[in-house]
Amino acid sequence: MSPADPAEIWTYLRQDPLLWLTATLVAYALGDLAFRRAGRRPLVNPVLVAVALLAVLLRVTGTPYESYFEGAQFVHFMLGPATVALAAPLYANLRLIRSAFWPMLAALVAGSVTALVTAVAIGAAFGLRGETLLSLAPKSVTAPVALGVSETIGGAPNLTAVLVIITGITGAIVATPLLNLMRIRDWRARASPSAWPPMASARRGRSGQRDGRGLRGHRHGAQRAADGADRAAARSVAGGAARGVRRVARARRPAQSVAPNEEAIMTEDTDRHAMKMAKKKAARDKIMATKTDEKG
Amino acid sequence: MIVNLVVLLACQLAGEVAARGLGLPIPGPVIGMALLFAAFILQPRLAQRIAATTSALLAHLSLLFVPAGVGVVGHLDTLGRDGVALMAALLLSTVAAILAGVYVFLAVARLTGASE
Repeated sequence: MSPADPAEIWTYLRQDPLLWLTATLVAYALGDLAFRRAGRRPLVNPVLVAVALLAVLLRVTGTPYESYFEGAQFVHFMLGPATVALAAPLYANLRLIRSAFWPMLAALVAGSVTALVTAVAIGAAFGLRGETLLSLAPKSVTAPVALGVSETIGGAPNLTAVLVIITGITGAIVATPLLNLMRIRDWRARASPSAWPPMASARRGRSGQRDGRGLRGHRHGAQRAADGADRAAARSVAGGAARGVRRVARARRPAQSVAPNEEAIMTEDTDRHAMKMAKKKAARDKIMATKTDEKG
Repeated sequence: MIVNLVVLLACQLAGEVAARGLGLPIPGPVIGMALLFAAFILQPRLAQRIAATTSALLAHLSLLFVPAGVGVVGHLDTLGRDGVALMAALLLSTVAAILAGVYVFLAVARLTGASE
Protein backbone atom coordinates (compact mmCIF):
# COMPACT_ATOMS: atom_id res chain seq x y z
CA MET A 1 0.00 0.00 0.00
CA SER A 2 1.50 3.29 -1.01
CA PRO A 3 1.25 6.27 1.28
CA ALA A 4 -1.92 8.22 0.64
CA ASP A 5 -1.90 11.96 0.51
CA PRO A 6 -3.42 13.83 3.45
CA ALA A 7 -6.56 14.73 1.55
CA GLU A 8 -7.38 11.09 1.09
CA ILE A 9 -6.80 10.33 4.73
CA TRP A 10 -9.07 13.16 5.67
CA THR A 11 -11.73 11.87 3.31
CA TYR A 12 -11.57 8.55 5.06
CA LEU A 13 -11.62 10.03 8.54
CA ARG A 14 -14.60 12.24 7.99
CA GLN A 15 -16.67 9.25 6.99
CA ASP A 16 -15.64 7.13 9.89
CA PRO A 17 -17.11 7.34 13.40
CA LEU A 18 -13.68 6.94 14.95
CA LEU A 19 -12.49 10.50 14.51
CA TRP A 20 -15.44 12.28 16.09
CA LEU A 21 -15.89 9.73 18.80
CA THR A 22 -12.28 10.28 19.80
CA ALA A 23 -12.61 14.03 19.48
CA THR A 24 -15.62 14.01 21.80
CA LEU A 25 -13.74 12.15 24.51
CA VAL A 26 -10.65 14.31 24.12
CA ALA A 27 -12.69 17.51 24.26
CA TYR A 28 -14.41 16.34 27.41
CA ALA A 29 -11.11 15.34 29.01
CA LEU A 30 -9.76 18.81 28.24
CA GLY A 31 -12.92 20.38 29.64
CA ASP A 32 -12.57 18.36 32.80
CA LEU A 33 -8.93 19.34 33.09
CA ALA A 34 -9.80 23.01 32.69
CA PHE A 35 -12.51 22.61 35.28
CA ARG A 36 -10.13 21.14 37.82
CA ARG A 37 -7.41 23.64 37.04
CA ALA A 38 -9.88 26.44 37.62
CA GLY A 39 -10.58 25.19 41.11
CA ARG A 40 -13.85 23.59 40.07
CA ARG A 41 -15.60 26.82 39.40
CA PRO A 42 -19.07 26.17 38.05
CA LEU A 43 -18.48 28.64 35.25
CA VAL A 44 -15.75 26.47 33.79
CA ASN A 45 -18.20 23.69 33.11
CA PRO A 46 -16.51 20.69 31.46
CA VAL A 47 -19.44 20.05 29.17
CA LEU A 48 -19.61 23.65 28.09
CA VAL A 49 -15.88 23.73 27.43
CA ALA A 50 -16.08 20.50 25.44
CA VAL A 51 -19.03 21.77 23.43
CA ALA A 52 -17.22 25.02 22.64
CA LEU A 53 -14.05 23.21 21.57
CA LEU A 54 -15.95 20.84 19.33
CA ALA A 55 -18.09 23.59 17.86
CA VAL A 56 -14.96 25.49 16.87
CA LEU A 57 -13.40 22.34 15.48
CA LEU A 58 -16.47 21.57 13.38
CA ARG A 59 -16.49 25.10 12.08
CA VAL A 60 -12.80 25.11 11.23
CA THR A 61 -12.95 21.78 9.43
CA GLY A 62 -16.24 22.56 7.77
CA THR A 63 -17.81 19.44 9.19
CA PRO A 64 -21.60 19.31 9.35
CA TYR A 65 -23.16 18.35 12.68
CA GLU A 66 -24.67 15.26 11.11
CA SER A 67 -21.21 13.91 10.23
CA TYR A 68 -19.99 14.66 13.71
CA PHE A 69 -22.94 12.89 15.22
CA GLU A 70 -22.20 9.73 13.25
CA GLY A 71 -19.28 9.27 15.58
CA ALA A 72 -20.64 10.92 18.68
CA GLN A 73 -23.85 8.91 18.66
CA PHE A 74 -22.13 6.13 20.53
CA VAL A 75 -21.63 8.44 23.46
CA HIS A 76 -25.08 9.92 23.05
CA PHE A 77 -26.67 6.51 23.07
CA MET A 78 -25.43 5.84 26.59
CA LEU A 79 -27.78 8.52 27.90
CA GLY A 80 -30.64 6.04 27.80
CA PRO A 81 -29.02 3.34 29.95
CA ALA A 82 -27.61 6.06 32.21
CA THR A 83 -31.11 7.40 32.80
CA VAL A 84 -32.28 3.93 33.71
CA ALA A 85 -29.29 3.61 36.02
CA LEU A 86 -30.52 6.60 38.01
CA ALA A 87 -32.79 4.10 39.72
CA ALA A 88 -29.73 3.02 41.72
CA PRO A 89 -29.09 6.26 43.61
CA LEU A 90 -32.82 6.58 44.07
CA TYR A 91 -33.02 3.17 45.65
CA ALA A 92 -29.90 3.73 47.72
CA ASN A 93 -31.62 6.70 49.33
CA LEU A 94 -34.89 5.00 49.95
CA ARG A 95 -34.67 5.35 53.69
CA LEU A 96 -33.93 9.00 53.53
CA ILE A 97 -36.66 9.60 51.03
CA ARG A 98 -39.14 7.85 53.26
CA SER A 99 -38.12 9.94 56.24
CA ALA A 100 -38.96 13.22 54.56
CA PHE A 101 -41.17 12.06 51.77
CA TRP A 102 -43.91 14.68 51.85
CA PRO A 103 -41.71 17.74 52.23
CA MET A 104 -39.50 16.48 49.42
CA LEU A 105 -42.37 15.66 47.14
CA ALA A 106 -44.00 19.00 47.82
CA ALA A 107 -40.73 20.85 47.25
CA LEU A 108 -40.19 18.96 44.02
CA VAL A 109 -43.59 19.76 42.68
CA ALA A 110 -43.35 23.39 43.76
CA GLY A 111 -39.85 23.85 42.38
CA SER A 112 -40.61 22.05 39.15
CA VAL A 113 -43.82 23.85 38.45
CA THR A 114 -42.26 27.18 39.36
CA ALA A 115 -39.27 26.59 37.09
CA LEU A 116 -41.43 25.53 34.20
CA VAL A 117 -44.03 28.26 34.51
CA THR A 118 -41.63 31.12 35.18
CA ALA A 119 -39.23 30.06 32.41
CA VAL A 120 -41.97 29.91 29.83
CA ALA A 121 -43.71 33.06 31.09
CA ILE A 122 -40.50 35.10 31.15
CA GLY A 123 -39.39 33.69 27.82
CA ALA A 124 -42.73 34.58 26.27
CA ALA A 125 -42.63 38.04 27.82
CA PHE A 126 -39.27 38.57 26.15
CA GLY A 127 -40.74 37.56 22.85
CA LEU A 128 -39.66 33.94 22.56
CA ARG A 129 -41.95 31.79 20.49
CA GLY A 130 -42.41 28.33 19.12
CA GLU A 131 -39.58 25.89 19.16
CA THR A 132 -37.28 28.10 21.18
CA LEU A 133 -39.85 28.55 23.90
CA LEU A 134 -40.59 24.82 23.99
CA SER A 135 -36.87 24.09 24.21
CA LEU A 136 -36.72 26.27 27.26
CA ALA A 137 -39.57 24.54 29.09
CA PRO A 138 -37.78 21.44 30.34
CA LYS A 139 -34.49 23.14 31.13
CA SER A 140 -34.60 22.46 34.82
CA VAL A 141 -35.05 18.77 34.37
CA THR A 142 -32.16 16.47 34.72
CA ALA A 143 -30.49 16.54 31.35
CA PRO A 144 -31.25 13.14 29.88
CA VAL A 145 -34.87 13.53 30.78
CA ALA A 146 -34.97 17.09 29.52
CA LEU A 147 -33.79 16.01 26.10
CA GLY A 148 -36.55 13.43 25.87
CA VAL A 149 -39.17 15.87 27.06
CA SER A 150 -38.00 18.56 24.66
CA GLU A 151 -38.33 16.19 21.77
CA THR A 152 -41.72 14.96 22.92
CA ILE A 153 -43.20 18.45 23.19
CA GLY A 154 -41.71 19.76 19.97
CA GLY A 155 -38.68 21.66 21.16
CA ALA A 156 -35.15 21.38 19.86
CA PRO A 157 -33.28 18.85 22.03
CA ASN A 158 -29.90 20.28 21.09
CA LEU A 159 -30.87 23.71 22.24
CA THR A 160 -32.40 22.25 25.39
CA ALA A 161 -29.14 20.45 26.15
CA VAL A 162 -27.25 23.70 26.28
CA LEU A 163 -29.98 25.42 28.26
CA VAL A 164 -29.93 22.64 30.82
CA ILE A 165 -26.19 22.99 31.20
CA ILE A 166 -26.45 26.73 31.64
CA THR A 167 -29.29 26.33 34.10
CA GLY A 168 -27.16 23.95 36.12
CA ILE A 169 -24.34 26.45 36.19
CA THR A 170 -26.69 29.24 37.17
CA GLY A 171 -28.12 27.20 40.00
CA ALA A 172 -24.67 26.31 41.20
CA ILE A 173 -23.56 29.91 41.29
CA VAL A 174 -26.74 31.43 42.61
CA ALA A 175 -27.96 28.92 45.16
CA THR A 176 -25.58 29.42 48.06
CA PRO A 177 -25.61 33.23 48.15
CA LEU A 178 -29.36 33.21 47.63
CA LEU A 179 -30.02 30.80 50.47
CA ASN A 180 -27.72 32.72 52.76
CA LEU A 181 -29.46 35.91 51.85
CA MET A 182 -32.82 34.36 52.68
CA ARG A 183 -31.38 33.03 55.92
CA ILE A 184 -32.41 29.49 55.22
CA ARG A 185 -30.68 27.31 57.75
CA ASP A 186 -32.34 23.96 57.58
CA TRP A 187 -29.70 21.96 55.79
CA ARG A 188 -32.22 19.62 54.28
CA ALA A 189 -34.05 22.45 52.70
CA ARG A 190 -30.79 23.91 51.48
CA ALA A 191 -29.77 20.64 50.04
CA SER A 192 -32.96 20.09 48.23
CA PRO A 193 -33.96 23.01 46.20
CA SER A 194 -35.72 21.09 43.63
CA ALA A 195 -35.22 23.97 41.56
CA TRP A 196 -31.99 23.61 40.23
CA PRO A 197 -31.14 21.65 37.44
CA PRO A 198 -28.40 19.97 37.94
CA MET A 199 -26.47 18.60 35.44
CA ALA A 200 -24.05 15.98 35.96
CA SER A 201 -21.22 18.18 35.13
CA ALA A 202 -22.50 21.10 36.96
CA ARG A 203 -22.93 18.79 39.78
CA ARG A 204 -19.32 18.22 40.16
CA GLY A 205 -18.39 21.77 39.86
CA ARG A 206 -20.89 23.18 41.85
CA SER A 207 -19.86 22.54 45.16
CA GLY A 208 -18.04 24.44 47.67
CA GLN A 209 -14.58 25.36 46.92
CA ARG A 210 -15.34 28.90 46.93
CA ASP A 211 -15.88 29.56 50.50
CA GLY A 212 -12.87 27.64 51.52
CA ARG A 213 -13.57 27.71 55.17
CA GLY A 214 -12.08 24.42 55.88
CA LEU A 215 -14.91 22.47 54.46
CA ARG A 216 -13.19 21.75 51.28
CA GLY A 217 -12.16 18.25 51.91
CA HIS A 218 -15.51 17.36 53.25
CA ARG A 219 -17.30 18.78 50.39
CA HIS A 220 -15.26 16.94 47.94
CA GLY A 221 -16.10 13.79 49.69
CA ALA A 222 -19.72 14.63 49.52
CA GLN A 223 -19.53 15.45 45.90
CA ARG A 224 -17.84 12.30 45.15
CA ALA A 225 -20.50 10.40 46.91
CA ALA A 226 -23.02 12.25 44.92
CA ASP A 227 -21.33 11.23 41.81
CA GLY A 228 -22.15 7.77 42.70
CA ALA A 229 -18.69 6.59 42.01
CA ASP A 230 -17.17 4.13 44.35
CA ARG A 231 -20.11 4.46 46.50
CA ALA A 232 -19.03 2.61 49.55
CA ALA A 233 -15.83 4.51 49.99
CA ALA A 234 -17.42 7.79 49.16
CA ARG A 235 -20.12 7.17 51.61
CA SER A 236 -18.00 7.24 54.63
CA VAL A 237 -16.31 10.36 53.42
CA ALA A 238 -19.60 11.96 52.67
CA GLY A 239 -20.86 11.02 56.05
CA GLY A 240 -18.04 12.97 57.49
CA ALA A 241 -18.80 15.81 55.19
CA ALA A 242 -22.41 15.89 56.13
CA ARG A 243 -21.55 15.86 59.75
CA GLY A 244 -19.04 18.58 59.33
CA VAL A 245 -21.42 20.69 57.41
CA ARG A 246 -24.15 20.15 59.86
CA ARG A 247 -21.96 21.17 62.67
CA VAL A 248 -20.95 24.28 60.91
CA ALA A 249 -24.48 24.99 59.92
CA ARG A 250 -25.58 24.85 63.48
CA ALA A 251 -22.72 26.71 64.93
CA ARG A 252 -22.62 29.51 62.47
CA ARG A 253 -25.26 31.90 61.57
CA PRO A 254 -25.42 31.88 57.88
CA ALA A 255 -25.20 28.21 57.42
CA GLN A 256 -22.91 26.91 54.86
CA SER A 257 -24.59 25.23 52.09
CA VAL A 258 -24.67 21.56 52.22
CA ALA A 259 -23.27 20.77 48.87
CA PRO A 260 -26.30 21.96 47.14
CA ASN A 261 -25.07 20.44 44.17
CA GLU A 262 -26.03 17.03 44.47
CA GLU A 263 -29.33 17.60 43.52
CA ALA A 264 -28.20 19.05 40.66
CA ILE A 265 -28.18 15.98 38.81
CA MET A 266 -31.67 15.68 38.91
CA THR A 267 -34.04 18.38 38.66
CA GLU A 268 -36.87 18.59 36.47
CA ASP A 269 -39.69 20.72 35.65
CA THR A 270 -42.52 18.76 34.45
CA ASP A 271 -44.58 17.72 37.31
CA ARG A 272 -46.36 15.12 35.44
CA HIS A 273 -43.67 12.59 35.80
CA ALA A 274 -43.69 11.45 39.32
CA MET A 275 -40.81 9.23 38.53
CA LYS A 276 -38.57 11.94 37.57
CA MET A 277 -39.34 13.58 40.75
CA ALA A 278 -38.47 10.60 42.67
CA LYS A 279 -35.26 10.45 40.85
CA LYS A 280 -34.45 13.97 41.58
CA LYS A 281 -35.28 13.47 45.10
CA ALA A 282 -32.92 10.65 45.25
CA ALA A 283 -30.11 12.56 43.86
CA ARG A 284 -30.79 15.42 45.93
CA ASP A 285 -30.73 13.52 48.98
CA LYS A 286 -27.81 11.49 48.53
CA ILE A 287 -25.98 13.54 50.95
CA MET A 288 -28.77 13.42 53.33
CA ALA A 289 -28.86 9.75 52.98
CA THR A 290 -25.31 9.32 53.86
CA LYS A 291 -25.90 11.47 56.79
CA THR A 292 -28.77 9.38 57.89
CA ASP A 293 -26.65 6.34 57.60
CA GLU A 294 -24.17 7.85 59.91
CA LYS A 295 -26.78 8.53 62.46
CA GLY A 296 -28.36 5.17 62.28
CA MET B 1 -21.00 -6.85 33.47
CA ILE B 2 -22.76 -8.14 30.37
CA VAL B 3 -25.73 -9.23 32.43
CA ASN B 4 -25.82 -5.87 34.14
CA LEU B 5 -25.91 -4.07 30.83
CA VAL B 6 -28.64 -6.38 29.68
CA VAL B 7 -30.69 -5.45 32.74
CA LEU B 8 -30.32 -1.74 32.00
CA LEU B 9 -31.00 -2.10 28.30
CA ALA B 10 -33.96 -4.40 28.89
CA CYS B 11 -35.51 -1.83 31.23
CA GLN B 12 -34.95 0.88 28.67
CA LEU B 13 -36.37 -1.27 25.91
CA ALA B 14 -39.46 -2.09 27.96
CA GLY B 15 -39.81 1.59 28.75
CA GLU B 16 -39.58 2.63 25.11
CA VAL B 17 -42.11 0.00 24.11
CA ALA B 18 -44.47 1.08 26.89
CA ALA B 19 -44.08 4.78 26.05
CA ARG B 20 -44.80 4.22 22.38
CA GLY B 21 -47.34 1.46 22.80
CA LEU B 22 -49.41 3.37 25.32
CA GLY B 23 -48.76 6.78 23.83
CA LEU B 24 -47.35 8.08 27.09
CA PRO B 25 -45.77 11.53 27.08
CA ILE B 26 -42.91 10.22 29.20
CA PRO B 27 -39.51 9.40 27.72
CA GLY B 28 -38.92 5.65 27.51
CA PRO B 29 -35.73 5.65 29.63
CA VAL B 30 -37.63 7.34 32.45
CA ILE B 31 -40.17 4.53 32.44
CA GLY B 32 -37.21 2.15 32.33
CA MET B 33 -35.85 3.80 35.45
CA ALA B 34 -39.18 3.28 37.20
CA LEU B 35 -39.14 -0.36 36.18
CA LEU B 36 -35.63 -0.86 37.48
CA PHE B 37 -36.55 0.87 40.71
CA ALA B 38 -39.51 -1.46 41.11
CA ALA B 39 -37.21 -4.39 40.42
CA PHE B 40 -34.86 -3.21 43.17
CA ILE B 41 -37.71 -3.12 45.63
CA LEU B 42 -38.87 -6.58 44.70
CA GLN B 43 -35.37 -8.01 44.54
CA PRO B 44 -32.95 -6.02 46.73
CA ARG B 45 -30.00 -8.16 45.75
CA LEU B 46 -30.27 -6.87 42.23
CA ALA B 47 -29.28 -3.40 43.39
CA GLN B 48 -26.02 -4.66 44.80
CA ARG B 49 -25.39 -6.78 41.83
CA ILE B 50 -25.46 -4.04 39.27
CA ALA B 51 -24.07 -1.30 41.49
CA ALA B 52 -20.67 -1.35 39.78
CA THR B 53 -22.20 -0.82 36.37
CA THR B 54 -24.61 1.91 37.38
CA SER B 55 -21.88 3.75 39.26
CA ALA B 56 -19.55 3.61 36.31
CA LEU B 57 -22.24 4.92 33.99
CA LEU B 58 -23.33 7.71 36.29
CA ALA B 59 -19.80 8.75 37.13
CA HIS B 60 -19.42 9.95 33.55
CA LEU B 61 -22.94 11.16 33.10
CA SER B 62 -21.95 14.65 32.04
CA LEU B 63 -19.79 13.37 29.18
CA LEU B 64 -22.92 11.90 27.66
CA PHE B 65 -24.41 15.34 27.09
CA VAL B 66 -21.58 16.54 24.92
CA PRO B 67 -22.87 15.22 21.57
CA ALA B 68 -26.29 16.77 22.13
CA GLY B 69 -24.70 19.98 23.34
CA VAL B 70 -22.56 20.29 20.23
CA GLY B 71 -25.84 20.38 18.33
CA VAL B 72 -26.09 23.95 19.47
CA VAL B 73 -24.03 24.81 16.39
CA GLY B 74 -27.29 24.43 14.51
CA HIS B 75 -28.94 26.99 16.76
CA LEU B 76 -26.36 29.72 16.90
CA ASP B 77 -28.68 32.09 15.09
CA THR B 78 -31.36 31.43 17.71
CA LEU B 79 -28.88 32.08 20.49
CA GLY B 80 -27.73 35.27 18.82
CA ARG B 81 -31.25 36.53 18.33
CA ASP B 82 -32.84 35.36 21.57
CA GLY B 83 -29.80 35.03 23.80
CA VAL B 84 -30.78 37.81 26.16
CA ALA B 85 -34.33 36.53 26.53
CA LEU B 86 -33.11 32.99 27.14
CA MET B 87 -30.60 34.08 29.76
CA ALA B 88 -33.15 36.24 31.54
CA ALA B 89 -35.65 33.40 31.59
CA LEU B 90 -33.02 30.96 32.84
CA LEU B 91 -31.72 33.16 35.60
CA LEU B 92 -35.04 34.40 36.94
CA SER B 93 -36.78 31.05 36.77
CA THR B 94 -33.89 29.33 38.49
CA VAL B 95 -33.99 31.79 41.37
CA ALA B 96 -37.77 31.50 41.60
CA ALA B 97 -37.67 27.72 41.54
CA ILE B 98 -35.00 27.47 44.22
CA LEU B 99 -36.98 29.75 46.51
CA ALA B 100 -40.24 27.94 45.84
CA GLY B 101 -38.66 24.58 46.50
CA VAL B 102 -36.98 25.66 49.71
CA TYR B 103 -39.94 27.42 51.23
CA VAL B 104 -42.36 24.67 50.34
CA PHE B 105 -39.99 22.14 51.83
CA LEU B 106 -39.79 24.07 55.07
CA ALA B 107 -43.51 24.66 55.26
CA VAL B 108 -44.45 21.05 54.62
CA ALA B 109 -41.75 19.77 56.95
CA ARG B 110 -43.25 21.91 59.67
CA LEU B 111 -46.76 20.72 58.89
CA THR B 112 -45.89 17.07 58.83
CA GLY B 113 -43.51 17.31 61.73
CA ALA B 114 -40.62 15.74 59.88
CA SER B 115 -37.86 16.86 62.15
CA GLU B 116 -34.31 17.38 61.09
